[in-house]
Amino acid sequence: MKSLIDILDLTTAEIDELISKANDIIDHPDRYAEKCRGKKLATLFFEPSTRTRLSFEAAMYELGGHVIGFSEASSSSTSKGESVQDTVRAVSCYADIIAMRHPKEGAPKVASMKASVPIINAGDGGHNHPTQTLTDLLTIQREKGRLNDLRIGFCGDLQFGRTVHSLISALSRYHNIHFTLISPAELKLPDYIKVDVLQKKKLDFEETAKLDQALPNLDILYMTRVQKERFFNEADYIRLKDSYILTPEKLKNAKSDLCIMHPLPRVNEISCAVDDDPRACYFHQVLNGKFIRMALILKLLEID
Amino acid sequence: MIIDAIRNGIVIDHIPASLSMKLYRILGLDDLSCSVAVLKNVASSKLGRKDIIKIDEIIDLNWDVLGYIAPDITVNIIRDGELAEKRHPQLPTQLTNVIFCENPRCITTTEQELPHIFKLTDPEQRIYRCIYCEARAKKHE
Repeated sequence: MKSLIDILDLTTAEIDELISKANDIIDHPDRYAEKCRGKKLATLFFEPSTRTRLSFEAAMYELGGHVIGFSEASSSSTSKGESVQDTVRAVSCYADIIAMRHPKEGAPKVASMKASVPIINAGDGGHNHPTQTLTDLLTIQREKGRLNDLRIGFCGDLQFGRTVHSLISALSRYHNIHFTLISPAELKLPDYIKVDVLQKKKLDFEETAKLDQALPNLDILYMTRVQKERFFNEADYIRLKDSYILTPEKLKNAKSDLCIMHPLPRVNEISCAVDDDPRACYFHQVLNGKFIRMALILKLLEID
Repeated sequence: MIIDAIRNGIVIDHIPASLSMKLYRILGLDDLSCSVAVLKNVASSKLGRKDIIKIDEIIDLNWDVLGYIAPDITVNIIRDGELAEKRHPQLPTQLTNVIFCENPRCITTTEQELPHIFKLTDPEQRIYRCIYCEARAKKHE
């Protein structure tokens, strides 16, 4: 029985297989409508989420299965002091597979060591969010037709953005990826990714504070939110915040086939005026999230 | 200073100076009823200064702890007054409840019965990471 806790739990061959399955689901949804008949997914969300939880639930319903679970810790026995270990042991008796979000880092790992059914990490604090990374990889593959030979720019909060860290780790296993890291000095990529992943694997990367200068060379722009609370003083935040807002004006210098991604939710880092630009892919990303989760549920339940 | 020769026991040699008391505590030597001698700052041609621990009984040592704290030490097992065995600990691949995760966001902070397990992720740099949150263990002093 396998679980998905970290994106690196999957080989690139397994990721390719999931992407291929997701593409087949998109092309032939009817073939999959009854695949999970009689199966139950438990969504154990110890902290709130909109997209991830609904995406898992929609995925299971579209596979013909059922969903049980809770959407906040206060409506579970955790509020009575029950441990994660006991909760998953109990839920393993009711469900065939569990998707778990938890504010504490490593909680899904603990769950996977105790549960008798597969566990999917649906986000554990600032640590891992592997199904978002799978979503991002499916989106890149569908929009660009490949996962190799790409120039990808990550922009905004690269220090605390777990989706950025996971996607860099996942892409580091593909060929000829050039990484452009666009952030203020305060929010640079942490050393454990820069040194342990990029430098250790001798990957091609550059760091810059200027989005305008980096934009013309990119095939993909992965935007993230620059949060005010990450800055030591408000003056720095005010000085920097506008330079990381993507507008139609800034996009004039970008490639015509640029793919603009964002893990969402956004606040103001992508102007709504960009939404109608054909290069905006962030809502396709949301849809892709459901399909890749369908593929993942099938894989972990060992259903063809 | 005279320390009696050991007839049956263990001599832990080549301990980097100042680490002996840490080993003494972590190996639980204060719980032993036999004689234990801790020699600090002994002159050493190899290390300059070193510590030595002599235990007047053959006990089961926690080799994971020895390998983690001081992988370059030498453990001499003495039987009937003769050197019976000379061993060097290996860097352990996993440590359970030897070091503790200090990441305040780690699940071990709320689930307090969980064992604190660290895995060796980089043998060259001797880096251990928590198996739950992947936080790097602080280098021991």
